[in-house]
Amino acid sequence: MPLLYPLTFAAFLFSVGVYGVLARRNAVMVLMSIELMLNAVNVNLVAFNAYLRDQLVSGQIFALFVIAVAAAEVGIGLAIVLLIFRNRETVNIDEVDLLRW
Amino acid sequence: MTGLEVAFLLLAVTGGLAGLLVVTSRNVVHAALWLVVALASVAGIYLLLAAPFVAFVQVIIYVGAIVVLLLFGIMLTRAPVGRRVLDNSPRARVGAFVVGAGVFVMLTVFLAGAFADERISIQAATATAALGTSLFRNYVLPFEAVSVLLLAALVGAIVLARRD
Repeated sequence: MPLLYPLTFAAFLFSVGVYGVLARRNAVMVLMSIELMLNAVNVNLVAFNAYLRDQLVSGQIFALFVIAVAAAEVGIGLAIVLLIFRNRETVNIDEVDLLRW
Repeated sequence: MTGLEVAFLLLAVTGGLAGLLVVTSRNVVHAALWLVVALASVAGIYLLLAAPFVAFVQVIIYVGAIVVLLLFGIMLTRAPVGRRVLDNSPRARVGAFVVGAGVFVMLTVFLAGAFADERISIQAATATAALGTSLFRNYVLPFEAVSVLLLAALVGAIVLARRD
């Protein structure tokens, strides 16, 4: 399989995630787009691991680390979203401007 | 074109379309369910790239835990439906599209310039034993760091989310 196949797929998934982060205003949707971007990175890691035939399987191990960090990130992110919703009755990120002034 | 490449292209098209629907859907719950499809196709791609353990971890953690967590988040924030409450203004969306398309074109051009003729020759699937040996011999320090990070995230989420 050409190495470009998984790399192009990962690039597409990452760009879709970038679009989602910039175009959505609901905080939960932004978190979903971030998950798409993290997945694109993982596809790259696993593809290069298969390409380089690493003896230490570093690519797959780092993919596992990224998955663990993504789980931590989404847990904290949703806790913050719930806190904002409880205090301000909204999860639109353009209306949360506590730090602006 | 080998059977492997056909299977890869099918999974990639499914995952790409599902990813597009995640960021364009008008309904948050539909977006979360399309996210399941996208993550499952990525798991299939891990299988094709001879990484079965990562594929199963992807299914267990992403599809099993993270999407359920996101659905709980949707439920607890009284999910609104409709383009106007979920998306930014049309002008901002055009800007986002330009940035996303620009990132895609730039990445594809650079990657095609760097890796145009390289091929992956898929060997036997990585044994989980080899993965575990490498993880606990060569990467044990990052592993411990990740466990401390997960503990910190757990405590932080409880502190943030509890009512007092």
